[in-house]
Amino acid sequence: MSKLRLATAWLGGCSGCHMSLLDLGELLVELADRIELVYGPLVDAKQFPEQVDLALIEGAVANLENLELLQQIRRNSRLLVSFGDCAITGNVTSLRNVFKVDDLLTSVYQAGPGSLPRSGEDGDVLPELLPRVLPLHQVVEVDAFIPGCPPDPERILAAITAVLNGEPVMLGEDQRTFG
Amino acid sequence: MPAITLTINNELFSARKEQTILEIAREHGVDIPTLCHFEGLEAMGGCRLCLVELQGSPRPVPACITKAAEGMVVTTHSDKLIEYRKMLVELLLAERTHTCSICVQNNNCELQALAAKLGIDHVRFDYLHQQLPMDASRERFALDHNRCVLCLRCVRVCDAVEGAHTWDVRGRGSTSRVVADLDRPWGSSTSCTDCGKCVQLCPTGALYKKGATVGEMKKERSFLNRILERRRLAAQGRSL
Repeated sequence: MSKLRLATAWLGGCSGCHMSLLDLGELLVELADRIELVYGPLVDAKQFPEQVDLALIEGAVANLENLELLQQIRRNSRLLVSFGDCAITGNVTSLRNVFKVDDLLTSVYQAGPGSLPRSGEDGDVLPELLPRVLPLHQVVEVDAFIPGCPPDPERILAAITAVLNGEPVMLGEDQRTFG
Repeated sequence: MPAITLTINNELFSARKEQTILEIAREHGVDIPTLCHFEGLEAMGGCRLCLVELQGSPRPVPACITKAAEGMVVTTHSDKLIEYRKMLVELLLAERTHTCSICVQNNNCELQALAAKLGIDHVRFDYLHQQLPMDASRERFALDHNRCVLCLRCVRVCDAVEGAHTWDVRGRGSTSRVVADLDRPWGSSTSCTDCGKCVQLCPTGALYKKGATVGEMKKERSFLNRILERRRLAAQGRSL
């Protein structure tokens, strides 16, 4: 039996969801028999690969780079899962939506204590911020949701197990709370 | 009180006249979700989560304020009602800023639990991202309008139980806001007795007791200063 091709991605989030994934601990060793991790912050692939079975996407869509990567992930993945509250609701990442982007950069980097990041002036290196941070399902079609900030390892395991068994990802009431 | 007979979800129940559909349903273990309702407070029909269908009625009615009548035929969980309830809670989540992860009420919130219960794992509407003020001017309690769902339990308990009627509502529709003493800072309210009933009945983190958040965990060391100073001097062979 061929292994499930799993990709993860880290958009506008804190990587806490990936930490929770690692918190599966020894279970990861068991999963490794049935899963091949083909892309994500935990592996060294530079390009998002073709024919991914399951993509767990952490973080909200906050900038152009997030947007382009997410669209590519959608094209190349059979199942795309919003992984954690930032991906689902915008969560902490979207708290900046009460400000205009220009006001935000000014208040942080000019009026605030910090100085502009080195590439800040030319805009070539740092990706441009979107006017509003968006949850994934407002950008692409999303197949399932794993809520939580971060989602407990049990929730992640339940979702991956469902996919491995060819079943729809349907978390129970106690596993789908936000926060 | 005269008895009546009505049908709820194809089952016949007898009830007392004057009872609401919600009371009868709950007496018989039929679970109709509610948010603004609180046992012992006057029912308001505000949140619309308890909407049920009545045979012969062109539109659904709120079970909490609709009295049962002889021969009534009630449906509490049609596909349409289930979908309406989900939409209502999703709209609440989209309207103000209910970011659970940074809320004082996280994991102890009726709105959060209700969303999970109704099967809401994402919100289909655009978030409004309003920036509403907070009122932390009261010594022991605070009000965060961003978390308020306008259930008005606070208004009702303050009026009917405490008898203070500190709380009321300003504005209309989604711009409504709970206000203290005709819209003064809560800290300057002279009618508020600091009883905390509103805080206890609030279903979300809109009304909360200060000191509950991480940033507020202040150390109170002043009582130790004199003792430590005495020890410091004693170590140097001196006295106060």
